[in-house]
Amino acid sequence: MTATSNGTPTLEAPGLDWRRQIRFSLIGALSSAFIALAGMPVGLDRRNIIQPLLSMGYLSLLWVPFVLASLAGSQVVLEGMTERVRSSKDLVAGALVGLGSALGLVALMILVKNFNIRDPLVNWSPQLLDLLSFNRSAGLGMVFWIVLGTTLGLMGGAMHVVPTAVRSKTLTVLLSVLAVSVLETFITDLLKGFQLEIFTDFIYYKRGGLEIVGALLVAALAIVIPLLVGDRITVVRTRVREMPADERSRVNLILLLVGSALLLVLPFFLGKITNELLANVGLFVLLALGLNIVVGLAGILDLGYVAFFAVGGYTTAVLTSPNSPGFSPQLPWPVALIVVVVLTGLVGLFIGAPVIRMRGDYLAIVTLGFGEIIRLLFLSDWLSGWFGGAQGITNIPGVDVGFATVNGIDPRSIFLLVLVFSAIAIYISWRLEHSRIGRAWMAIREDEDVAEAMGVNTTNTKLMAFVVGAVLASFSGAIFSAKVGSIFPTSFLMLISIIILVVVIVGGMGNIVGVIVGALVLIGILGGPKQPGLLQEFSEFKLLIYGALLVWMMLKRPEGLVPNVRRSRELHQEEFLQDAWLKGEIDTDDEENPS
Amino acid sequence: MLQISDLSVTFGGLHALRNLDFQVTEGEIVSVIGPNGAGKTTFFNMISGMVTPTSGDIVFEGESLLGLDPSQVTERGIARTFQNVRLFANMTILENVMVAQHCRTDQKVFGALFQTNAFKSEENAIREYGEEVLSFFGTRLTGYRLEQPASVLSYANRRRLEIARAMATRPRLLLLDEPVAGMNPRESAELTALIGRLRSEWGFTIVIIEHDMSVVRDVSDRVVVLDHGESIAHGSYEQVANDPNVIEAYLGRQVQDEQAEEETSP
Repeated sequence: MTATSNGTPTLEAPGLDWRRQIRFSLIGALSSAFIALAGMPVGLDRRNIIQPLLSMGYLSLLWVPFVLASLAGSQVVLEGMTERVRSSKDLVAGALVGLGSALGLVALMILVKNFNIRDPLVNWSPQLLDLLSFNRSAGLGMVFWIVLGTTLGLMGGAMHVVPTAVRSKTLTVLLSVLAVSVLETFITDLLKGFQLEIFTDFIYYKRGGLEIVGALLVAALAIVIPLLVGDRITVVRTRVREMPADERSRVNLILLLVGSALLLVLPFFLGKITNELLANVGLFVLLALGLNIVVGLAGILDLGYVAFFAVGGYTTAVLTSPNSPGFSPQLPWPVALIVVVVLTGLVGLFIGAPVIRMRGDYLAIVTLGFGEIIRLLFLSDWLSGWFGGAQGITNIPGVDVGFATVNGIDPRSIFLLVLVFSAIAIYISWRLEHSRIGRAWMAIREDEDVAEAMGVNTTNTKLMAFVVGAVLASFSGAIFSAKVGSIFPTSFLMLISIIILVVVIVGGMGNIVGVIVGALVLIGILGGPKQPGLLQEFSEFKLLIYGALLVWMMLKRPEGLVPNVRRSRELHQEEFLQDAWLKGEIDTDDEENPS
Repeated sequence: MLQISDLSVTFGGLHALRNLDFQVTEGEIVSVIGPNGAGKTTFFNMISGMVTPTSGDIVFEGESLLGLDPSQVTERGIARTFQNVRLFANMTILENVMVAQHCRTDQKVFGALFQTNAFKSEENAIREYGEEVLSFFGTRLTGYRLEQPASVLSYANRRRLEIARAMATRPRLLLLDEPVAGMNPRESAELTALIGRLRSEWGFTIVIIEHDMSVVRDVSDRVVVLDHGESIAHGSYEQVANDPNVIEAYLGRQVQDEQAEEETSP
């Protein structure tokens, strides 16, 4: 480190950091080999990204050198330090990391060619070798990978050398092409609703994936549209921000109404599959909003949340189905819902009362146990006279709304129902968060002892969080019952609790928008525990990706995809005020004594 | 107002407090001093219900506090601050004082969901009282600061917010645990003046644990000295400062004493 003429210390462009390059190369090599052996290239090869150039299978390997090379070149710029000078060394480093990743694959190819490793590694198949060698000879394939890996690594490294504008344009193009390809089902379905099949027929290949022309078109649009829109969005945003408070809230209200209206007409333009998919997302939004109150606001780590979903689902089934074995009042769904909500609330109270006095790890494990106990009760022979044991309860009629019946046969109506209840859940979450009880939840999350000392009755308040969470889950359970028409204990596995938790964490704990985004991304694209997402081919690797995503989020972005908006705004304001203070624009009498 | 009689607490074999008698009358400012480990914070924990005494009784305004949860003690009118500042760091400054009014307010889920008039007016009252409490510290915790998370505050301001949060619970008895620790002389002088105003303007009775003797001298009507969990002296500052027992507890006996090394005042 040397001091430059203006006094700010700066880092000179160092030689290659060999250790770092070797570490990233090893990571690349191991991840490539792991992905290949997990069977992703073969399993995902059916899915085209760009026909005939690129399939999801190849993409599952190709991103590794590119992303790792660019990560290897990234740096943390500390305050008061100027950025390290970028040089061609970044290119070399990137290429090396890319080469390293490719060598991992080459080593794997040599291994599978000479030894039979199918016994321990069942996902390895002869197809993998064909795929890795591009259906040519293995030697040629290896050369190909080395060239490809190095090139991609070079490109990844180049991301740091090229001007920012070029970099952001490249990333926009790559991501838009990928997004348009991944969202194919949704886009086709939506445009079909508007009678615009011409467009989708043009860009998409018949059996999935973008045509080359289509990809080029998307790329062109990704470049042109930002140019046309320009700064207009930021301009509008600042104008809205500078409005007086009441006017701004009016604008927000109008936006909200327009948004809701659009959402309500959206199902009518969508086909069955997409409606079904979005209905599933909605069910998880409901669950995640409920869990968000328990985990995100009150800080109670509940790993058995599926229990309330199950109670909601089973109660609806018993009350509405003619096939309910023990007690079959065949109530209409809306009447049943009232009973369901009350009953699930009570179950929340009963489970919560003993559990709530525990903290941290103990609480997590006990809730996990309760989640399983509830499922096993529904499965048990003892209660099979009521809940049908493993046979479950069938023939659940759905919701009769007079002119139509809302059930799984018509995913559109289910989606509408889910939308209505999601709106209710969002309203509940939003209002409670900004109320006396919401503040008490947050205080408990921050420091339970102090909250208690400040006059918050923590036992009651935490129980309340448990009950509200349970009620929101029961909405989801009741709709789920009406949607699938028959429910079994296997519909309520522990996995669901975990996935809801992942949705909440990935989306952003304690943040309503974050939770919705989390559900859209995870359930919508990857798929839920049993529900397929847009990437149906991923179903086999869903849990692997969920896990990887969770680990990555915890390390790099623990606040979630959408961090708490209010907080980030506050932090921004602080920066602004600090800048102003440094310039001597505002006068504070606050003598600083940081300790 | 507060009568503590024959109070003892043991942690395992350790007597944190032993046969302690202590009274506070309405409107007093009483300082509790003593070397490290004398049991001062345990004493506060016990009054606020966080630690249950082994024997003895705590009576506040004619009612025993034994067996009450900390939140119930706070509801009876005793609020405290913490020695190692424990704010709700990710909540805003205003929210910190708003949440402290929890036991003085009673709107529940129903009011929040249906935005009843009672809910709205209570919410406004909570906010206004919160701002009023914060403005006691001048402009340090008000204005743009209201909406900032407590974690951005400087150390001295965190201490002030701790006091504000305790004030917001509308107590009659305020327990301050080392309110000026870590402040510079100017700030601690200023806070000393504020403690006087807490009594004269807000009508609080105050018990204060403090190591800074100039603060103790300036604010307290009475000083109680604890050592090894026992009250070894009480009286006015002058009386206590000249008490041979106190000097011994802080500095050790004139003749060599094996305990002198470990019990020096900080």
